[in-house]
Amino acid sequence: MTPGRLHRLHRPGSTPVHALPAHTKLVAVFGFVVVVVSTPREAVWAFGLYALLLAGVAALARVPAGFLLRRMAIEIPFVTFALLLPFLATGERVEILGMSLSEPGLWGAWNILAKATLGVAASVLLAATTEIRDLLLGLQRLRLPPLLVQIASFMIRYVDVVAGELHRMRIARESRGFQARGPRAWKALAHTAGALFIRSYERGERVHLAMLSRGYSGTMPVLDRVTANRTQWARAVALPAAALPFCLLGWAL
Amino acid sequence: MHVPDGFFNAPVSVAAGAVAAGAIAVSLRGARRELDERTAPLAGLVAAFVFAVQMLTFPVGAGTSGHLMGGALAAILVGPYTAVLVLTVVLGIQALLFADGGLSALGINITLLGVVAVLVAWAVFRGLLWTLPDNRRSVTTASFAAAFVSVPVAAAVFTGLYALGGTTEVPIGTVLAAMVGVHTAIGIGEGVITALTVGAVLAVRPDLVHGARGLVRPLRLRTADGSLVPAEPAAGPEPAVARPTRPLWLAGLAATVLAAGLISAYASEKPDGLESVAEEHGIAEAEEKHRFADSPLGDYGVRDIDNESLSVGLAGLIGAGVTLAAGTGAFLALRRRNGTDTAGGSTGDRARQEAARP
Repeated sequence: MTPGRLHRLHRPGSTPVHALPAHTKLVAVFGFVVVVVSTPREAVWAFGLYALLLAGVAALARVPAGFLLRRMAIEIPFVTFALLLPFLATGERVEILGMSLSEPGLWGAWNILAKATLGVAASVLLAATTEIRDLLLGLQRLRLPPLLVQIASFMIRYVDVVAGELHRMRIARESRGFQARGPRAWKALAHTAGALFIRSYERGERVHLAMLSRGYSGTMPVLDRVTANRTQWARAVALPAAALPFCLLGWAL
Repeated sequence: MHVPDGFFNAPVSVAAGAVAAGAIAVSLRGARRELDERTAPLAGLVAAFVFAVQMLTFPVGAGTSGHLMGGALAAILVGPYTAVLVLTVVLGIQALLFADGGLSALGINITLLGVVAVLVAWAVFRGLLWTLPDNRRSVTTASFAAAFVSVPVAAAVFTGLYALGGTTEVPIGTVLAAMVGVHTAIGIGEGVITALTVGAVLAVRPDLVHGARGLVRPLRLRTADGSLVPAEPAAGPEPAVARPTRPLWLAGLAATVLAAGLISAYASEKPDGLESVAEEHGIAEAEEKHRFADSPLGDYGVRDIDNESLSVGLAGLIGAGVTLAAGTGAFLALRRRNGTDTAGGSTGDRARQEAARP
């Protein structure tokens, strides 16, 4: 990761999706993921409809398909695992293309692929349409422990700084002819990690002292309290609410 | 490495979420004891460090490379409570912003990588330090062992959870052997890198290594006539109110037995599939052989074909038992440490306490 990547997750915009308060969007995405995960895997059509719903949200938020697909590449490791399942799993075997595959394994692979892909797409849409700071305020609004939110906000604030230090250390190493080849390089890399820890920790101490000198008493003041009115809640909850009937139908059929 | 959506069924996801929430609640209290009101900025910076260090790739050779998971490293450097919070935040941010790990599986990810890995690493680390002599080499040795053990144990617990609530039927014995085998190899890398990193920090700022606090020499002051007198220990944080631990432990035991009961019930639902299972295990073995033939555990799953339901239950029981034992061990170690801390810091006035803070 190059420094600054955290800020490229967000696509600024002024669409209805961008305008919704962060905590309503968090509730909506979580509700949607829960509905998707609890849908029976045999209801293949339902997952197609979920994908259409997400595509609708993406179109409404003007998130281009290329951006969405590039960001979704994160799930490739699970895709490989899911592709192994038909060979590993037990149960009835079916012949496909001359290979003996387990039928429950095929269903399991489909299950993971479909649900993981939808979950990843929903998260990517959330991150693309919500500013990180708003997301953290939204989490606080949803009664996440304030200390946890504070830790997360400090992490977000400084992760690019720390990653930048790591980046500069790599340049310094390489400008001295260092090449990481095999376990022999581990010692130098571990020293990098150790130095990075010390720098991060000392920076944390300095940040704390700077905060103390500005009157920090252990809690952060909430400057802008975001509230959501009924219309905004209704718009946000529309996504999981639209998905729920498909899930129920999937169980009923 | 992070578990996506759709991997585990709803009950197990919810249960893991409850475990994670409980662990976070305990850690929120504990972290204040480890870092007092500096918790937020320091833990935030350490979280940024863990996030960054996961991007540092270590070449294994033959073009492949791995990266640190950091649970053990964080536990040794900043203490187990803070480490749980740090890993929780890192995993949560990865799930929310990077879509790395499913939102519905966040509880499972936190339980595995944040709670189990950290607690096991801390228990092993404290246990070894307790037996080994008090010097720097012992700390690095214990760091290696702690990080090394934490990885396959987390993998075993993952397999146990999968036996309970995986969405696909797989031969659990084979999966356990494969997971533990592969993760033992990964654990060696994690252990070596963790030990080297802890050693690097120890060499420069030994006072920053939480797990090596016992090594710090007591402060001695040189008086006007040139003689050294030991400085009085600074007052520690207020002693925590002791709470009865037996109910907690009994609840854990009950949960373990309940889980084991669930497994056996779950396994006995399908006694008729044995014949086909045995047949397919030949196939599974052929698939697996080239990857895990050299692993010492590679044969266990295959040898126990005939009583797969038993091995399922056994895998779950072992996983649950190991977790419970590790948790109890970690708790006892923590209580020991806290006991000594509060005993040492019962006196001292407020001014000195303030002055002692860096």
